[in-house]
Amino acid sequence: MEESYLEQRCVIIGGSAGSLQVVQHILNKLKPGFQLPVIIVLHRKTDHTSGLTDVFNYRSTLPVKEAEDKEIINPGTAYVAPADYHLLIEKDLSFSLDGSEKVHYSRPSIDVSFDAASEAFGAGLIGVLLSGANADGTKGLEIIRAKGGISIVQNPASAQVPFMPKHAIESGVAGLVMTAEEISEYLNLL
Amino acid sequence: MEKVVTDQQIEILLNDLLEKYGYDFTGYTRASLKRRINRLFSLDKFPSFAEFRFRLRTDERYFARFIEEITVNVTEMFRDAGFFKTLKEEVLPVLATYPFIRIWHAGCSTGEEVYSTAIFLKEANLLHKSLLYATDLNPAVVSRAAKGMFPLHHLKQYSQNYHQAGGTAEFSSYYTAAYDHVIFSEELRSRMVFSTHNLVSESSFNQFQLVMCRNVLIYFDKELQGKVFALIDESLDPLGFLALGSKESMKMFPIVSRYRQVGKEKIWRKVT
Repeated sequence: MEESYLEQRCVIIGGSAGSLQVVQHILNKLKPGFQLPVIIVLHRKTDHTSGLTDVFNYRSTLPVKEAEDKEIINPGTAYVAPADYHLLIEKDLSFSLDGSEKVHYSRPSIDVSFDAASEAFGAGLIGVLLSGANADGTKGLEIIRAKGGISIVQNPASAQVPFMPKHAIESGVAGLVMTAEEISEYLNLL
Repeated sequence: MEKVVTDQQIEILLNDLLEKYGYDFTGYTRASLKRRINRLFSLDKFPSFAEFRFRLRTDERYFARFIEEITVNVTEMFRDAGFFKTLKEEVLPVLATYPFIRIWHAGCSTGEEVYSTAIFLKEANLLHKSLLYATDLNPAVVSRAAKGMFPLHHLKQYSQNYHQAGGTAEFSSYYTAAYDHVIFSEELRSRMVFSTHNLVSESSFNQFQLVMCRNVLIYFDKELQGKVFALIDESLDPLGFLALGSKESMKMFPIVSRYRQVGKEKIWRKVT
């Protein structure tokens, strides 16, 4: 019973400006054998996700790859949302891509992925919102909490661009507020 | 963004659409569909699912709105410059060897890519012997595509994309501006045939040397993707080309063994 419960858990991280190093830090600090899938949704200017996965893979404990359409989500793997698509998660725990309108001027949008992931993982989802200059992610965290999942927000004092985590905290959707160091420690205890 | 239409209710709607209008959305991926149905539901302020369902079942004009809002119609001219560059440099020179070129834009949406392809055909001096078939399941976007009118404020971006893709002419030579729109030249439009066509339920209607089906298959589940690949394969001449969106692939399907990828872009050539 417990094993099937564990299989249904997932970490999803959203970030914008100033979040790259934080994601890197978390990926580097995850302990070997970390069992949960990690989904990473970042706003960025460039069209090249491949460059980003290379940067992360350099020192990440988990293998990092770009999420592909219809790919089954595997435990112990980190997936990065491709540029210029919304990343959705289906009930059978596979990815699908969506090219519809931008949300919060962003594609991928954090809200869209958090929402879809909470539909698929429910209370097994841990949502992490990092540094950024955008209101994206707040609505997503609200949905994650409503479905019984865990909502973590980067401590704005430790964030390079505090607007995004602050917005989530002020909207009352932050369950836990942590520094990058504390986030990786927390995830390692899951 | 209140979620009010449940998974179960979505299945009821899909069943209604099939039964009442013959539109089969059951092979569409649910996460995207659910998001768009819920968006429409809250946009149109339905007090209950029952009223949403009733309206959809009884009002054909609302059904037309539903189709337009549920399908994704985000597109641009020369989207993915690298793709269009490869089309221009690797594919068009091969097509040039045919006496007559037939191209199918399957899922053409509002037509931006059809006009992009026509422009490169003209520059390769191939337009006069080409016919571009542009189809979509959504009649509203097909009629917009046929007009060749696009909002002026996108043109700066399209012009940049065009030059990045290797276009060398003055981009503005292809259209005339009128108020807040531009209209593309009659010469381009005269080589296009527009029609509704549903990839899910309809069959092959011609043979083509190039099929462009970009950012359509991501909305389909694997089973439906396989069916559409079979339909495209049937519609493609031997040695013909298939172009997909930048995150789409035929690599998971057995049919890929008869195709060879052209360069790094999502273009496959039917080799056997």
